[in-house]
Amino acid sequence: MKYLCLVYCEEEKLHGLPESPEDAECEAYCETVEASGQLVAAEALEPVNTAVTVRMHQGTTSVTDGPFAETKEQLAGFYLIDARDLNQAIQLAARIPAARVGCVEVRPVRQLQP
Amino acid sequence: MDSPASPALQRQVASLYQAESRRVLATLIRLLGDFDLAEEALQDAFIAAMEQWPRDGIPEQPRAWLVSTGRFKAIDTLRRRARFDASQEEIARRLEKDVPPPGEEEELEDDRLRLIFTCCHPALPADARVALTLREVCDLTTEEIASAYLVATPTMAQRIVRAKNKIRQAGIPYQVPERQELNERLDSVLQVIYLVFNEGYFASSGENLTRPDLSREAIRLGALLVELLPESEARGLLALMLLIEARRPARLDHQGDLILLEDQDRSLWDQELIQQGTALVERALGEGRFGAYTLQAAIAAVHGEAASADQTDWPQIVGLYDVLLRTSPSPVIELNRAVAVAMRDGWEAGLKLVDELLADGQLDGYLPARAARADLLRRLGRHQDALRVYQEALTLSRQGAERRLLEKRVAELSSATPSSL
Repeated sequence: MKYLCLVYCEEEKLHGLPESPEDAECEAYCETVEASGQLVAAEALEPVNTAVTVRMHQGTTSVTDGPFAETKEQLAGFYLIDARDLNQAIQLAARIPAARVGCVEVRPVRQLQP
Repeated sequence: MDSPASPALQRQVASLYQAESRRVLATLIRLLGDFDLAEEALQDAFIAAMEQWPRDGIPEQPRAWLVSTGRFKAIDTLRRRARFDASQEEIARRLEKDVPPPGEEEELEDDRLRLIFTCCHPALPADARVALTLREVCDLTTEEIASAYLVATPTMAQRIVRAKNKIRQAGIPYQVPERQELNERLDSVLQVIYLVFNEGYFASSGENLTRPDLSREAIRLGALLVELLPESEARGLLALMLLIEARRPARLDHQGDLILLEDQDRSLWDQELIQQGTALVERALGEGRFGAYTLQAAIAAVHGEAASADQTDWPQIVGLYDVLLRTSPSPVIELNRAVAVAMRDGWEAGLKLVDELLADGQLDGYLPARAARADLLRRLGRHQDALRVYQEALTLSRQGAERRLLEKRVAELSSATPSSL
């Protein structure tokens, strides 16, 4: 079985509390899981203000600023993609079939600073 | 088995991407009739090259190979989509049937012009034209464009998506305009190029005064346009950009503050750019069908040949402004003319013209008009008046270096004038 572990946190707490993790610690944990052969992919994300939400309704791509916020919609899957820039990422996201009925939030992966 | 691409081949493909990707993209958009599909096809074609060329060697005509491979890849993509969306099958079949004739060189060059004219189409909002041109024609990433214009990346991305939707939905044609509408459409292209240049030279906001990368892109774009479409005004615009760019090394002091034209160390001006620019202006003027860019370039060329502000041929500059005002009347040009008149006939004469212009109200929020008035008052020794107008100008300033120059003047005048309040 593969499992997806999603990390949720209030952004200001993620880096702002005494017990907030350092990037180096995140990297170290990641390496442990990788060494155990159980890691498929793990990334940190840029803050939510870099997010766009992509929909492909009736054949037209629409992009809204910011994260998806519809509480009725639930997380249904994910793609980790490598794109040249945000617009190329949006093109790929818009073609994800579920974008026709739901939406896809696109967020840049953050480079950890160990 | 595919052999992996050697580092040498990878470098070759990378430089091929640099040299040819925009040409290939421009042709693919024409063949496929869709920006997004063409961009994907371009990407797929380069991936295929990295897989096949180590085994088969680099084809004799790599560009033609990339176009044809991209086209087949796009048909594959549509076929895959057609399994779930029948409408795609029809498009795939049509594309497959319309086998493009081996493109004439001329037609392929036209594709690059088609791309430029489409990205600069007047039906698109001005900021979207700039964004689309920088991304599709100059190959900058969304992130680079956003940071050059100090806009959040998601905002810039949205602008690009909307522009492409508009092209698709409004059916903006992918073509070089016909002769009768060429002038008007060319204006829109020249305007986009000049906007990009200006943002690189006179950054509209932020602490840094210039973004040389943007100016360089604009000059490259201007040169490409001249190569593809040798119209006088395209030459005039390129000349104008080169002549202004020539002054860049002398524009800022060590603190990054603005140095005005008359105070610049002219030995720092780039003589090669001045020569190139001047030759282009002369050619454009000689062709007789020039417009506002060529005239502005001619003015810049007069500055370019002068050893100092005093030795500048001001009568000629005023004369060129007179012609410019006839072809494209604008209060900003009148202001520039007024400053040239001040240099030719004295500060009092210039101030009179600037005051008339300001009284007219059209330049109310325009900082250079206040700054020019303050400057003339200062030169006339009317320090109290000058101080007040510099302070008015400061309230209009949104740009760090510009603001610092005004603050310096205010400080100089405040210390020179005994407080009389």
